[in-house]
Amino acid sequence: MYETTYHRASSVDEAAALFSKGSEAKFLAGGHTLIPVMKQRLASPSDVIDIGKIKDLIGVQLSGDTLTIKAATTYYDIMTNADVKKAIPAIAHLTSVLGDPAVRARGTIGGSIANNDPAADFPAALVSLGATVKTNKRSISADDFFKGLFTTALEDGEIITEVSFPVPEKAGYAKMRHPASRFALTGVFVTKTKGGDVRVAATGASQSGVMRVSAIEAALKSNWSASAIDGVSVSSSGLLSDIHGSADYRANLVKVMAQRAVQAAG
Amino acid sequence: MGMEGIGASVVRKEDKRFITGKGRYVDDIKLVGMTYAHFIRSPHAHAKVKSIDSSAAEAMPGVVAVLTGKQIVDDKVGNLICGWAITSKDGSPMKMGAWPAMAPETVRFVGQAVAVVIADSKNLARDAAEAVVVEYEELPAVADMPSALKPGAPQLHPEAPGNVVYDWHIGDEAAVGAAFSKAAHVVSLELTNNRLAPNAMEPRAAIADYDAAEEHFTLYTTSQNPHVARLVLSAFYNIAPEHKLRVIAPDVGGGFGSKIFIYPEEMVALWASKKVGRPVKWTGDRTEAFLTDAHGRDHISKAEMAFDADHKMLGLRVKTHANFGAYMSLFSSSVPTYLYATLLSGQYNIPAIYAEVMGVYTNTTPVDAYRGAGRPEASYLLERLVETAARQFKMDPAELRRKNFITQFPHQTPVIMAYDTGDFNASLDAAMKAIDYAGFPARKAAAKAQGKLRGIGLSCYIEACGIAPSKAVGSLGAGVGLWESAEIRVNPVGTIEVLTGSHSHGQGHETTFCQLIADRLGVPISQVSIVHGDTDKVQFGMGTYGSRSAAVGLTAILKAMEKVEAKAKKIAAHALEASEGDIVIENGEFKVTGTDKSIALPMVALAAYTAHNLPDGMEPGLKESAFYDPTNFTFPAGTYICELEVDQATGKTSFVNFVAADDFGRLINPMIVEGQVHGGLVQGIGQALLEHAVYDGNGQPVTASFMDYAMPRADDVPSFKLSHTTTLCPGNPLGVKGCGEAGAIGASAAVINAITDAIGNNKLEMPATPDRVWHAIHGNA
Repeated sequence: MYETTYHRASSVDEAAALFSKGSEAKFLAGGHTLIPVMKQRLASPSDVIDIGKIKDLIGVQLSGDTLTIKAATTYYDIMTNADVKKAIPAIAHLTSVLGDPAVRARGTIGGSIANNDPAADFPAALVSLGATVKTNKRSISADDFFKGLFTTALEDGEIITEVSFPVPEKAGYAKMRHPASRFALTGVFVTKTKGGDVRVAATGASQSGVMRVSAIEAALKSNWSASAIDGVSVSSSGLLSDIHGSADYRANLVKVMAQRAVQAAG
Repeated sequence: MGMEGIGASVVRKEDKRFITGKGRYVDDIKLVGMTYAHFIRSPHAHAKVKSIDSSAAEAMPGVVAVLTGKQIVDDKVGNLICGWAITSKDGSPMKMGAWPAMAPETVRFVGQAVAVVIADSKNLARDAAEAVVVEYEELPAVADMPSALKPGAPQLHPEAPGNVVYDWHIGDEAAVGAAFSKAAHVVSLELTNNRLAPNAMEPRAAIADYDAAEEHFTLYTTSQNPHVARLVLSAFYNIAPEHKLRVIAPDVGGGFGSKIFIYPEEMVALWASKKVGRPVKWTGDRTEAFLTDAHGRDHISKAEMAFDADHKMLGLRVKTHANFGAYMSLFSSSVPTYLYATLLSGQYNIPAIYAEVMGVYTNTTPVDAYRGAGRPEASYLLERLVETAARQFKMDPAELRRKNFITQFPHQTPVIMAYDTGDFNASLDAAMKAIDYAGFPARKAAAKAQGKLRGIGLSCYIEACGIAPSKAVGSLGAGVGLWESAEIRVNPVGTIEVLTGSHSHGQGHETTFCQLIADRLGVPISQVSIVHGDTDKVQFGMGTYGSRSAAVGLTAILKAMEKVEAKAKKIAAHALEASEGDIVIENGEFKVTGTDKSIALPMVALAAYTAHNLPDGMEPGLKESAFYDPTNFTFPAGTYICELEVDQATGKTSFVNFVAADDFGRLINPMIVEGQVHGGLVQGIGQALLEHAVYDGNGQPVTASFMDYAMPRADDVPSFKLSHTTTLCPGNPLGVKGCGEAGAIGASAAVINAITDAIGNNKLEMPATPDRVWHAIHGNA
């Protein structure tokens, strides 16, 4: 009833081929979402295709003004990577406050964005930095990639291969941790691009997942400083509300975390 | 005496097996032919069970049986009992609804079992459980006490009209009324004590093995008190007479009270094992733990204190509602009554106290004792009330406390307890010194200059531990005696086995109990082993809870030890041709005082067992037992002070310092005491800041996993500065008081008092989440 066949793919093509053969196949990278869901018997895939060990999917490259992180690179490897720390230290910081050491040792950037949990950290970084998600079929801009709660632009069987980030002039991430899960109760990623654009993305706040915060973007565009956000009002409408954070509290956190992210960005 | 005696921080003997993964827990045990149980649990908080169709499941491979609530009732397995009878104000006994081990007809909380699948493997049982079709008719549910007490509210049990189990009181209402009428000041406070899930690291588990030829059961279970489990299973649940039931509680990974109780799963496993003729194992998962382990706390209270013009306490009036969940668990009735209201005097000289407690049924998991059990609720209420008073009087909270401390002992409180000894000023002084209390205003000002809100909070707790004199608890309604038993076997070559009715599930008894023997005989603890947790080995025992293992369990060992020593001295005197009164015990030898004549313990032991040359009329052997019943509770007490900062923008709390000055009487192993205090403080801080078992309005649990239930982690808590002030307990020869619960009892008030001091708003409930604190800062709490 709940039997599954485990495959360890050695290439993206092999993984895609295995997927097309399975009646109800699932990809596995770090396994932090799929395995608990399978243990709870909420998912019963016919085939589990492990793409976490594919060599072509692991690693970080800095080339000119583009930082590329391959999809199966773990949070720990991202956090400790010299190119990440040099090019976009805010990403290194984001991974350092993501989950706990056990999570960081297994979880992957590709897994995080493919799952698109509304409180995951990485979607905020991708949207704020204006990243591009590359799959085995195409390239998708971060703005087009995230489609709401646990939903992305990925088609059935499509495999994320890497994420490319344009190196910004400045970027920062600040997060209020969820006390139980250590996801973001609310996290805000702020970016000033080399072209002078400002992009602000909040995670953990909205009922529809990662969101741009245009009011804060406008304030920061005219004055890149934490105090520029003082007068901004963030609406609690459409924000998540639960025992750990009411909607008005989360609205406050969007503002406060944005200010702290700006301070961190310098 | 010596490196391993009383007072030495000996490294724990048991840790080798725990750290190297060689512990043997119930789930590690596999019996030949063993089957596996999977329970089918209600997804509804309140519903009628219309029908159960198990035909498809029974036809599945590997399925041995599907058994239902109707069958267990038809087989006359007894309903679960509550072992402490409480009488309401009006003289009526408490009103309890029946709690069958599996619901035959009505389910009253999410997670209550209606049927069980027994199969050849865990996964087959789980697969088959999905094929069992249970048809429910949902009933309206009440998830909280205000809803349950409303006129016209859905009723849980016909036996308990209005969902009220009892309406109890204690103290002198008229005297309290008189105190308030002459009061110069009255201070009042309303507060809740949040519901907690116990979350022992090891989930509950049971293996039942029925031997048809002998008509004998063996139960391996995660219990803090295996003899009590056998007693209840035999006397009330009709499982088997005591001599036909062996209960083994092997290594147990934490209890915190939640493994005192006998749960439906053990009963069902025993009954099912006989029915299917094979051993039955059940191991709970974490979700089942959240749904079915007895929860803790869950009070709503209103408290008022009367003071004279000089700020001396005159009287205390408390009205508490206690949530019992859907059924009365084994000791639940005693927790908000005799373990709670009897501690409302705290460390203070309060001439008159009156407390009313109403026990309430709701469609939630049953609530029972959890680390501290009633005493954290009392201490939290009183210490917040005193802090509130100090603020109202614009007085230093330490001074207000000091002004009202009990300083003469023994002290009879108006609520039963007679404190034997203590020095409350000493622990307050020690804690204030440790945290540099005098320097706090300067630190607060410095923090303010940096935009930070800094606060300090005190908590001066007292608890009643070492429960307790059997006669006293019997007079208050307890269904059992609360003594302890021990047996000491000195083997023929001088090694020693100590059999104890106390149970160790993290407390370190295998080390501390050996230290007593090392202290008495001067032998290394490697020569001593502690045997516990098996009704076939240990003569009897009341188990471990209420910080009673040292005060009661270890004293029983001491009593048995005194008998062993007396006999051994006779043997030694006979062998050395000396007078018995001249024999002293030193470094494992029996010496004739003032001479160089001696005989080593192994030779004395050998003489006892060869019996070739014993004093005339002496029985061979060297083995003695004792039962010890104390004359009073013990009263550990102390002061905790917390200093912290609150981030105004987010409401997040950061600890600056946390000091604890405890009086536990004599310490057996200071390192283990430190560990107990650390664990208790973390649970107290967890309650104050993080933990909350929440239900929605329909009785659906919102926090049934660690994704939602916030357990404290290492980086949520500060490093603690611990110290001890000591008054020896006069009630037992070791002078010990107990240390297992203090941290959980005293910590939460210190934390909340510090936060409310920092933010200047006293209206704050636990857990003080950043959201709640932020709202309190911004005045819209």
